[in-house]
Amino acid sequence: MEFTTTSKGNCSIIALIGEIDLQTSPPAREQMLDALKKKYHLMVDMSAVEYIDSSGIASLVEGFQFAKTHNLTFGLVNISQATRQVLELARLDRIFLLFESLDEGLAAIKE
Amino acid sequence: MDSTKLSRQLAREEFLARAGELKGLRKMIRHQLTNEGCEHAFVERMVLAITEACMNIIQHGYGTENTGSFWVEILSDGDELTFLLTDSAPKIDIATLQSRALDDIRPGGLGVYFIKELMDRVEYLENEEGSNVLQMTKRMA
Repeated sequence: MEFTTTSKGNCSIIALIGEIDLQTSPPAREQMLDALKKKYHLMVDMSAVEYIDSSGIASLVEGFQFAKTHNLTFGLVNISQATRQVLELARLDRIFLLFESLDEGLAAIKE
Repeated sequence: MDSTKLSRQLAREEFLARAGELKGLRKMIRHQLTNEGCEHAFVERMVLAITEACMNIIQHGYGTENTGSFWVEILSDGDELTFLLTDSAPKIDIATLQSRALDDIRPGGLGVYFIKELMDRVEYLENEEGSNVLQMTKRMA
């Protein structure tokens, strides 16, 4: 798994790439929480995620909850089919903010 | 698995009880089930369920010992797949692995739910050597 981090204004954008599993979810979690702790809103680009399991989902839930507690926006953008299927299985597609594009996600950020 | 049908062993492979082994495990499952004619979405569901079960062996079975291993065996009778995961970790109290309620939104607690949701039958057994055997079966799609 790899990731890239960019920012736009007060929003951090992390693109997760590859397989997010028990081995690779800790650095992804750390990266997401680092951005949120700096009070950045966060959009996670999931378009290149080929596989995600419960450990990866747990990292997303942790980021989501941290953001909610601190009045930050946490969104998932461009989610891959592999990610969508697991989110639907866990019924988290109804909980997370899902966006079709980064622009859509950025527009949804509440100041 | 229908006991009147002869099952074929598709694979039997040993993995170290380490998170770094999971990528190779998934590759093996994808290869075997694709060769068996299973469609992509079905293969990925099986990959998820088996990976989750192996994560439980690594995290909750061997825990921080990080020295054990487990075997993954895949059988097919043409209609149904059987996955056998065998390990020699200390026995786990299955009650401690119960899945959380889906509306209880918190990190963790989804692995067992995924396994039960994706498989037709899940049984925790013990073999003649006293090892833990998790038997999961699924009708092929």
